[in-house]
Amino acid sequence: MVAQNIFFAIIALAMVASAVRVVTTKNILHAALYLVVVLAGVAAQFIITGAEFTGVTQVLVYIGAVIVLFLFGIMLTRARIGREEHVDGERRWIAGVVALMLFAVMTYALVDAFDTEALDARAVLEPQTTEMVSDAIFHDYLIPFEAVSFLLLAALIGAIVVARRE
Amino acid sequence: MWLNQFLLLGAVLFCIGVYGVLARRNGVMVLMSIELILNAVNINFIAFGAYHGTPIGQVFALFVIAVAAAEVGVGLAIVLLIYRNRSSIDLESANLLKG
Repeated sequence: MVAQNIFFAIIALAMVASAVRVVTTKNILHAALYLVVVLAGVAAQFIITGAEFTGVTQVLVYIGAVIVLFLFGIMLTRARIGREEHVDGERRWIAGVVALMLFAVMTYALVDAFDTEALDARAVLEPQTTEMVSDAIFHDYLIPFEAVSFLLLAALIGAIVVARRE
Repeated sequence: MWLNQFLLLGAVLFCIGVYGVLARRNGVMVLMSIELILNAVNINFIAFGAYHGTPIGQVFALFVIAVAAAEVGVGLAIVLLIYRNRSSIDLESANLLKG
């Protein structure tokens, strides 16, 4: 468990530093690339907790597809590649205050509610296997799964209709 | 490992994402911040799934990933439409509905 904690700390520090850079950097291309670090860190945290299928899906969908979509969006809107001064609003400090207050409230609630709850060692050492996940999706959650596939179809058609030239 | 270390990591990412959504005025950067928020939610789902020893946390995280993919597709289409109509994706200039 010690090794897992060390890896957790290293990856979490890298994730938080990169996430701060995503929302503060003035270079839009760098923001997309820092986002890759955060998403890869999330996938690594999934694997640490034993959720290997979700971790691999995270890499495939986010780093493989969503980041490419973002890069296309950056190119199609002809953003300046390089420093751009007008990416931040004027009242940034209000946003900072809101985020800090939200974090204070969440930290208080989490520490209050889950102070000494250890993550079950059995659940981490004997991870929820892909077989169990697929059983849950295709047995108990079949209708939500179909709804999600329909949502994806609708989003695909909607994106084409919205972005199409007349 | 404690449950709280994952939940606090999720809280940090969530608040950074909220800051990004509020502070950025570039449409694509706002969408990136929304991705941060959705990933924070996924970390919580996975942590609670491991905590309770059920695969349901992973199932919901997969649903969130699918919905996030749909969201970013439609969101970028809307940002492209704004760019085509106004030659800019500055969200503070998209104020047609302002009274």
